[in-house]
Amino acid sequence: MSYIPHTDADREAMLKAIGVDSIEALFDAVPEKHRFPTLDLPDPMTEMEIAAEMEALSRFNVSASDYAIFLGAGAYHHYIPSLVNHMLLRGEFYTAYTPYQPEVSQGTLQAIFEFQTMISRLTGMDAANASHYDGATALAEAVTVAMAAHRDKRQKVILSPTIHPHYREVARTYHQNRPVKFSGDRSGTATMVDLADMIDDNTAMIAVQYPNFLGQIEDYTEIIKAARAHGTLVCIVTDPVACALLKSPGELGADIVVGEGQGLGIPMSFGGPYLGFFAVKNDHVRRIAGRIVGETVDGDGRRAYVMTLRPREQDIRREKASSNICTNQGLMALAACVHMTAMGKQGMRRVAELCWHKAHYAAQEIGKLKGFSVDTTRPFFKEFVVTCPKPVSEINDELIYHFGIIGGYDLGKDFPTRENQMLLCVTEMNSKDEIDMLVAGLRAIAAGELHDGDHHHHH
Amino acid sequence: MENSTPQPLEKTSYELSQPGRQGIRLPDPDVPLTDIPADLCRADLDFPEMGELDVVRHFIKLSQFNYSIDKGFYPLGSCTMKYNPKINEDMARLPGFAHVHPLQSQGTTQGALALMYRLQEWLCEISGFDAVSIQPAAGAHGEFAGILMIRKYHIDRGDAKRTKILVPDSAHGTNPATTSMAGLQAIELPSDKNGDVDLEVLRKACEQHKEELAGMMITVPSTLGVFEEHIVEIIKIVHEAGGLMYMDGANMNALLGVAKPGELGFDVMHYNLHKTFSTPHGGGGPGSGPVVCNEKLAPFRPGPVVEIIEEPQDEDDAPLYGWVMPDKSIGRLKAFHGNFGMHVRAYAYISAYGSDLPKVTHYAVLNANYIRARLKGTYLMPFDRMCGHELVVNGHWPEKAPGVHALDISKRLMDYNFHPPTNYFPLIVPEALLIEPTETESKEVLDSFIEAMLKIAEEAQNNPDLLHSAPHITPVKRVDEVKAAKDLVLCCRPTQLESVEAAAQ
Repeated sequence: MSYIPHTDADREAMLKAIGVDSIEALFDAVPEKHRFPTLDLPDPMTEMEIAAEMEALSRFNVSASDYAIFLGAGAYHHYIPSLVNHMLLRGEFYTAYTPYQPEVSQGTLQAIFEFQTMISRLTGMDAANASHYDGATALAEAVTVAMAAHRDKRQKVILSPTIHPHYREVARTYHQNRPVKFSGDRSGTATMVDLADMIDDNTAMIAVQYPNFLGQIEDYTEIIKAARAHGTLVCIVTDPVACALLKSPGELGADIVVGEGQGLGIPMSFGGPYLGFFAVKNDHVRRIAGRIVGETVDGDGRRAYVMTLRPREQDIRREKASSNICTNQGLMALAACVHMTAMGKQGMRRVAELCWHKAHYAAQEIGKLKGFSVDTTRPFFKEFVVTCPKPVSEINDELIYHFGIIGGYDLGKDFPTRENQMLLCVTEMNSKDEIDMLVAGLRAIAAGELHDGDHHHHH
Repeated sequence: MENSTPQPLEKTSYELSQPGRQGIRLPDPDVPLTDIPADLCRADLDFPEMGELDVVRHFIKLSQFNYSIDKGFYPLGSCTMKYNPKINEDMARLPGFAHVHPLQSQGTTQGALALMYRLQEWLCEISGFDAVSIQPAAGAHGEFAGILMIRKYHIDRGDAKRTKILVPDSAHGTNPATTSMAGLQAIELPSDKNGDVDLEVLRKACEQHKEELAGMMITVPSTLGVFEEHIVEIIKIVHEAGGLMYMDGANMNALLGVAKPGELGFDVMHYNLHKTFSTPHGGGGPGSGPVVCNEKLAPFRPGPVVEIIEEPQDEDDAPLYGWVMPDKSIGRLKAFHGNFGMHVRAYAYISAYGSDLPKVTHYAVLNANYIRARLKGTYLMPFDRMCGHELVVNGHWPEKAPGVHALDISKRLMDYNFHPPTNYFPLIVPEALLIEPTETESKEVLDSFIEAMLKIAEEAQNNPDLLHSAPHITPVKRVDEVKAAKDLVLCCRPTQLESVEAAAQ
């Protein structure tokens, strides 16, 4: 019986101690009519059979371990140092519970404390919490913090149209029954100046993404100035990989910084588990949701860590809690912590520089192709927009079939004005050969040179 | 004490850092360089600088300060700390699962979609519901989905005034918090003397709020670990008042193959894959909180969800799977499709048991009742009846050991190398110790835990100081939580920045 260790003799001795004849007798309280329903599940499998079946299933997926990938849009193929996985597989970490008992959880607690520190430094903020489910839910919770900071007296929250479309959707899902009025992103074309003009005394928060969903680094000076003038909080959604190179969101003037930490040592894993991070200036520390680890001492005066500001949380504050979050992405925070520590000050910057150089090389080469144009109106980091001569889905089908390349994101799906535009992502993982293959592929696809039997890739 | 620096168990990475030391090395650029405008760049990044071996030793040392299931018994009520099978970890790390991008086309992700689809089907079958969304990232996230679905269902029927949710006082804190977060009001129902829902109180509340009742949230078996005798009656009363029934599925480990919530009459519930289906707790997550529901609520599920887009032409062919947004969906709850890595682990786990899955519950309940039978007489049992997968005992003896409290017993258990049970929950039982053994613990483990509990009961009378000063053998002693909240140190001390500032002055 898989993971149940009982022998027949154990079971009989235990039933006797309880004073019943059978296991069935333990369930007399369940209404008879509904007791022991049939369960239509497959036959049990051994470990050997499970491994064989699931390996076969996994081969039906195209993966970045076999294909060159130029798809980003919120999930990224970055290098994960070998030691990250080795640390995650320590049973002492991954089979531990939430560190409510600090005497037997100092490992988890100190790792979270170090994670909070590095996230604070990357984002240029004073404090960070122990994590949220992902970047999108962290943005949704930022709205809650901003509403609370204005004692629910302001209703308006402005979202830049260049925030990840899924993040904007999640923020709306979270607040659908609450008196929050989202604006700014509906037309999809509002500029930073337009957004700055929308800020008024009823605006609780304005959120922008940096670099934005299109990979670009926008100028937020006007927005931040207007927000200051009206007492509006500024939330910046950011990419922590970019933060190692670029000015921190804190330096730009953010009050709240949220984002997706998947790029910090976490595999793409078809969308999760990922890592939402949440950092704030000191003014807002007591308003953040979720778990926070603080430093203290134990009974012998030794340094120790403990979950702190607990009275904010749902198990104590119940219906008055601002969020119901309890389980977060603990192990993913550990992954990011190990990753950032191993990369260190130099490695973090190096990864960001490699992304920059490779993305710019790719953009320059694609920009030379007939029929393609690259948007270079603003500086960009590792992603950029390419206008293509054909529908993006057709190009992607040909890229994967003929070249073994996972192509970019089809922007037409979310932005009606961006038909035939592709968002390409280039990271440190893409070699020059892969980029050159992409460029050759795009050239051939545009020229209509390819035929069904042609395969240029060697996977 | 203020001026003496407290000694750490292990220095932080910032304290271990040496300027100029390098960890992971990265290749030189293989492309022509492009200028990075200086005005876009940050001046410095205050990050640790450590060698790779130092990093490994740092985290191994930290890991050794932790208790974990792999080390020992975790009788943590309402958390279901069962064995996390190793094969599940391997499966989640298969390159064909771990390195797939969430926005890849349907045609390149059929393996992942098939896995999610089968898991969806299994979760419906196990719970007796018709539809599911596996997008929620944790139990509380699934609860949030369920309550938003109930709310949207009422609005869709043109009955928008239904904004009140009944919540028993024995509920998990997430239930009332979820209700508020969804913009609804929680109404707390006091329990009867057995810790059950008081049917008279329920009837009155339903009558009083009849026009405004959105629904009720309840945990089955209850947070006291007992199967609510009148559950079918409770569901009927709420339905008659126009409310929907939400089941908190945190305790599903007591129901597998024993009862299907959908058949009992519930409208919606969430699972915790990290409780019932063995995905690891990871020191606080990630979890996964699928929400399952009946036909009535199916159109409102968060999405997208996986469906069969095209039936196979041939029997031997696979169907084509794809993403579908339920037509009246509450919307997207997460940037992508949920915690897929947890779906893979739960899939592996359910595959292992298959049609034997009810045995999980049989032995979980056997283990809990065995502990109950053996602690009875020494520990007070506030509700003395057959329990489900967990039991609540009273951690206080007003006569024999008036100075000893549940917390002391918990801390003393650490000296016997056990993780403490859940303390002070459910809130309606003073001095509660909520004990959940799970099915994966052997009789020998339970016997040694029981012996420790009996020994501690003796110590409580004969040597209470031993309990008050416990734990004695852990890496740190009891910690000063008041200082942590008062001084609020949330980051490693910024030594470098301080020295820079000092130099500037």
